[in-house]
Amino acid sequence: MINHRPSAPKSIFFSFFLVLLVSGFGASAQDIAAGKALFISNCAACHNPLKDGTGPALHGITERVPDKALLHSWIKNNQAVLASGNKYFNDLYNSRGKAAMNLFTSLTDAEIDNIIAYVESVKPDEKKPGPGDGVTPAAESDNTLLYGILTLILAIITLVLLQVNSNLRKLSDDKEGVPAAEPVPFYRNKAYITAFAIVLFIIGGYYTIQGAIGLGRNKGYQPEQPIYYSHKVHVGNNQVSCLYCHGGAYEGKHANIPSTNICMNCHMAIKEYGANSEKLYREDGTEVNGTAEIQKLYAAAGWDPNAKKYTGKGKPVEWIRIHNLPDHVYFNHSQHTRAGKVQCQTCHGPIQEMGEVKQFADLSMGWCINCHRESKVNFYDPKTGEGNKFYSIYEKYHNDLEKKKIDSVTVEMIGGTECQKCHY
Amino acid sequence: MSKKYWQNFGELNHSEAFQQSAKDEFREELPFEGEGMAEAKTPRRDFLKYVGFSTAAAAIAAGCETPVRKAIPYLNKPADLTPGVSNWYATTYVSGSDVVPVVAKVRDGRPIKIEGNELSTITGGGTSARVQASVLDLYDTARLRYPMANGQEVSSLDAFDKMLGEALTGAAVALVTPTITSPTTKQIITEFLAKYPGSRHVQYDGISYSGILSANEASYGKRAVPSYDFGKAKVVVSLAADFLGTWLNHVEYQKGYAKLRKVGEKNPEMSKHYHFESMMSMTGSNADERYTHKPSEAGIVAAALLSAVSGQAISGVSESVKKGVENAAKDLLANKEAGLVVSGSHSADVQIIVNAINEAIGANGTTINWAAPLLTKQGVDADMATLIDDMNSGKINAVLLYDVNPVYDYFDGAKFKAALAKVKTSVSFNERLDETTALVKYILPANHYLESWGDAEIKPGYISLMQPTINPLFKTRQLQDTLLKWSGNATGYHDYFKNFWVAKLGSEEAYDTALMNGVIEPAAPAAGGAAFSNAKLAEATAAATAKKAGGTYELVLYQKPVLGDGRQANNPWLLETPDPITRATWDNYVIISPSLAKTLIGVDIADRQQADQFEVNPGKPVVKVTVPGKEPVTLPVLVIPGVEANTLAIAVGYGRNAQSGRATVGAGKNAYPLAVNGDFNVSNVSIEVVPKETYKVAQGQTHMSYEGRVEVVKEMLLAEYKAHPDEIMEEREKELKPFGGLDKFTAEGTIYPNYEKPGIKWGMSIDLNACYGCGSCVVACTAENNVATVGKSEVLRYHDMAWLRIDRYFSGDPANPDSIQTIFQPMLCQHCDNAPCENVCPVAATNHSSEGLNQMTYNRCIGTRYCANNCPFKVRRFNWADYTGADSFPNNQDQTIVGHLDDAVHMMNDELTRMVLNPDVTVRSRGVIEKCSFCVQRLQEGKLKAKKENRTLTDSDVKTACQQACAADAIVFGNVNNKDSEVSTVRRENKNRLFYSLEQLHVLPNVSYLAKIRNTEMETGGKLEKPEAHSAEKEGAEKKAEKEHA
Repeated sequence: MINHRPSAPKSIFFSFFLVLLVSGFGASAQDIAAGKALFISNCAACHNPLKDGTGPALHGITERVPDKALLHSWIKNNQAVLASGNKYFNDLYNSRGKAAMNLFTSLTDAEIDNIIAYVESVKPDEKKPGPGDGVTPAAESDNTLLYGILTLILAIITLVLLQVNSNLRKLSDDKEGVPAAEPVPFYRNKAYITAFAIVLFIIGGYYTIQGAIGLGRNKGYQPEQPIYYSHKVHVGNNQVSCLYCHGGAYEGKHANIPSTNICMNCHMAIKEYGANSEKLYREDGTEVNGTAEIQKLYAAAGWDPNAKKYTGKGKPVEWIRIHNLPDHVYFNHSQHTRAGKVQCQTCHGPIQEMGEVKQFADLSMGWCINCHRESKVNFYDPKTGEGNKFYSIYEKYHNDLEKKKIDSVTVEMIGGTECQKCHY
Repeated sequence: MSKKYWQNFGELNHSEAFQQSAKDEFREELPFEGEGMAEAKTPRRDFLKYVGFSTAAAAIAAGCETPVRKAIPYLNKPADLTPGVSNWYATTYVSGSDVVPVVAKVRDGRPIKIEGNELSTITGGGTSARVQASVLDLYDTARLRYPMANGQEVSSLDAFDKMLGEALTGAAVALVTPTITSPTTKQIITEFLAKYPGSRHVQYDGISYSGILSANEASYGKRAVPSYDFGKAKVVVSLAADFLGTWLNHVEYQKGYAKLRKVGEKNPEMSKHYHFESMMSMTGSNADERYTHKPSEAGIVAAALLSAVSGQAISGVSESVKKGVENAAKDLLANKEAGLVVSGSHSADVQIIVNAINEAIGANGTTINWAAPLLTKQGVDADMATLIDDMNSGKINAVLLYDVNPVYDYFDGAKFKAALAKVKTSVSFNERLDETTALVKYILPANHYLESWGDAEIKPGYISLMQPTINPLFKTRQLQDTLLKWSGNATGYHDYFKNFWVAKLGSEEAYDTALMNGVIEPAAPAAGGAAFSNAKLAEATAAATAKKAGGTYELVLYQKPVLGDGRQANNPWLLETPDPITRATWDNYVIISPSLAKTLIGVDIADRQQADQFEVNPGKPVVKVTVPGKEPVTLPVLVIPGVEANTLAIAVGYGRNAQSGRATVGAGKNAYPLAVNGDFNVSNVSIEVVPKETYKVAQGQTHMSYEGRVEVVKEMLLAEYKAHPDEIMEEREKELKPFGGLDKFTAEGTIYPNYEKPGIKWGMSIDLNACYGCGSCVVACTAENNVATVGKSEVLRYHDMAWLRIDRYFSGDPANPDSIQTIFQPMLCQHCDNAPCENVCPVAATNHSSEGLNQMTYNRCIGTRYCANNCPFKVRRFNWADYTGADSFPNNQDQTIVGHLDDAVHMMNDELTRMVLNPDVTVRSRGVIEKCSFCVQRLQEGKLKAKKENRTLTDSDVKTACQQACAADAIVFGNVNNKDSEVSTVRRENKNRLFYSLEQLHVLPNVSYLAKIRNTEMETGGKLEKPEAHSAEKEGAEKKAEKEHA
């Protein structure tokens, strides 16, 4: 099935944008959408609108702090507000173990208002919109079995009819006195044997080739990891940005499994999996004790949660690698995420819905090539100033675009399917 | 343009064996040798059964289980490190007393590539082959891994310090090092010596420049070496100084020399280089006019030149040299202060004469700069001699040896060895158990330079800083730390170093900046001469010219430009890089002249059959070379044209002991002991053939011929070029006329369609005037592209894997050494737009990209080698064996059919050595073809960088490894579609010199060359044959055959 580029990612993104557009009610939908984007990139690492995390739950902040100006100055420079002796914030600061909040001096008042609008727009009872919410890849109706049975029945009927036919002919021949050879039983009939052999060869060949093609491909690979880490909890429910942990995906070749100190940025404060949170289940249906998994992280990081100190006896977590490419393939994450602006989910699937990660794509060459054939290059448009200036050197394509000979440039057209783009 | 080029004598004579070799793609029988397939115990049917079974078994085994791979992140990731992204750190290459500012590419915590530091105004980003190869030395398996005392491992550094503290108490210590250029180290040494009264610091350079130092003391009152500015020298006269290959600060000179060698079209002027020498050195091969003389006549030649520039009569030299001296003197006098005379002589007398010549033409203060003397060579022979005497007499109780190996490279190593035995405490800080270290009591290996802090002052005020790029791999400690500790200073060297430079530079920020840049340089370069005195000249002239003629045969010891003094002798990259002149790898040998070959080994290279027998057969006759009073040396001989008739030449740096490393073991013999009092010119040598003995010398690259197609490489004389600047273009036009001429050749010369390159079209231009053949690009390519080392036995079978080779062609008459002219042509995949390799590949494993790259896809290649067969440039390499250990089959490297690979190959496959591999380039497995990729991994990286920064591509984004390594900037590379790129500019501005190798084949190479221009009127002697000579001969033969038939 190498020729089918999975269509699920597209629909995911479509719905993602839909969700973005319709999720706001009170304030203008646009403000809320902008606020949500800002919230995800700036705040989501520590805050959740509805739940206490590293930072407190933010829903209802406008009731708790009615003074907007104060709220603005708190978010921009919380240290100054604390120093000014504001009682509410000092109490809050003390109650949360004096963990200081980051400074966001670059946020404008309007941006902060958008964030607050988003936070307030999230209703406690409603299910929080996640990046790929409500989208399940369309179930493919599998009719193989039905067709198989039908074929088998038809084959048997054909066989029976052929047998009947030959018997009848023999009878008629007998009647007319035509001498006929002794009937050969069907299992010794050369025609049958030949037909059977050919069918067997075709079926066997098909499966052998399919099997050979599939060698080394591990679509759906979902090993049990040393710690039950749920992307659904982190990315889906708590809106942690992918790049917060996998920053390498933006910088270079490897996306990188985050080092333990990144986990501890949040988990120093988040010690247990909330009792009211949705229950976690493994693939085999057994329930996961989230708090126990966080304890495993502490053991790996060498963190003593009671003393709130590192013991210095940490040991890196030995995660099991899921996405493996052969050595002769060069793949660079930043080429795709940063230059190509490809979303993580395009290749990794609805990661925000996965408990333990599963290999979504088969990572075969055909799959890569198909995407390179279809994806459009972010060509520079001198009129709008949009697009990547690197591509301004493709004069021919620019002219063709202008003359409307072509409507877009695909990765293939700039050489994206040539051998030495990935093999060297 | 009508001269005949030849790479070997067979090609010159067009011998039968040569014709045979030219016919065959691979010059050997297919590898069914010995108990191969034919006599194998397993019949073919069984073999097929096994193959079938094992394939099925492998498929089942592979299909059942996918290996579980782990991804283990950091516990606490360092902030400046992103796995998969390289960091670059400025540091300094220091080997012995050679210093080159470099930057090290560090990938995932390990240094994998060295580049020149472009911020240095001295080297300007240039490197040498040894600099490029030095990263491999870091991962050398022969490095000592812990401190030792009396041959036993010492458990800890503290225990070692305690042991030595006791041993050194009250001792008079001699610290022997190469020239120390590091200001901090000098200070530490002074502090250390103060702790031990009666101690001294002896600077000993294995390759001694004592003669120059003493001469300069006599002439200028300074025991120092000035800066030579070859960039200003319009006339260069070298008296056997190999200044482009090994002499003094050769990387700097390569850069400077190139400035006046590149002939611009608007102003077609270039410097003129005269060379007087006895053997064929790399620098000599680049000279415009070259004259040979006996080694013992060096003084007479120098004196003759002095006489000539002073307007006096010349005497005592041969006719040809006389002519040369007169020409040189005429040009020197015409250009006066824009001239420069240098000499490679070890004799102070000769150097005093040379100083007088330079003074006479006024070079002192112009091309010779005394305001910024070179500080890297300060070792004086007398100091070492005194030290040995004092060791013998018991004045010295302890010897500390750092990065010196006198038992190996001192001319009287045996004497040093005996003296060393008398010293109570001997300590070595050398990195391996070399000849000297094997004899000492205590060993504390020092760090490799890539593991060390440090600094080097190349010239006063020109500092290059050194910073570690990796933690020490083994239990080693750098010398400075050790000396600090032993002098009772609790400060570690890093702090000491930092304090020193923060105090010097004024602030910590300035220190950080300096460390980042790697170099600290004065705002304005200083220039000036020195007071000169002729007081010693008469005495020196008398001594130099009175030198008795030195017997029938004389010997020249020399350093190979690639391997150098032998410090990096266990480096397979260097050992396998062919010598620029002899094209030989892995060994040293005795070089003799064609005329001596006739009398000595009975090979007349003018005789086809004899020449064949000598050249085709890798087994060379072995000779015994005896220097009076020295142990004789037996080595194979190589016949090289351009060598003075009765001069022998042997390279130093070979013949290391077994502990020095697995690669260097068995490579050649040590020639250092043949030097008499450190002089590399030796007289009264006798030579005799060892009967019936041969030794195989692995000469790479002579087996690849061009069947007389002289369109491969083009050259002109400067006068011709001035008179007819467009001669080459006309020649091309004429040649391409039937196929549309120059303009329409691309489209009309073929039946294939013309494919456009819409965005980028990569192209390279190589200036043959700036290529000296030094080989730094070859090693850089090897390092960048994980090119396999195949070992001597495989080079002998012509299985070398170099993606880039430097073809060397001679022209001239072998009987007249002065007539020999040499041309070097770097030959790499030409990335032909109409590539003949591409359309013969049955599986499309090699094809063309829209950026003009000839792509090679290893995972598709099935190893038919059709492409290699069809390549007119012979740049495709086949992995005959599993050189890299990349195959998944165990024990695949040593087999009956493929043969056993050399230990050097296994050394390269060691877990430790493999750390040098570039993770962005596939390690090729057995059975696939490979070749130059234009460093496609760098192209992709450069493009991605530009995309990320939302801008168009610039020249600085992409530099190929060979381009970056070249000190002379002979190679430019870039996007040809961009009219402003460097490569487009070079091609546009040098239209008249531009040519494509074998252009008439319509393969449309993307590599262009700029023809070599020789600044001489000298007709190249020897055979002047028409390019068609080859085919004419063939026709003649055919006609003759027809006649006979009739």
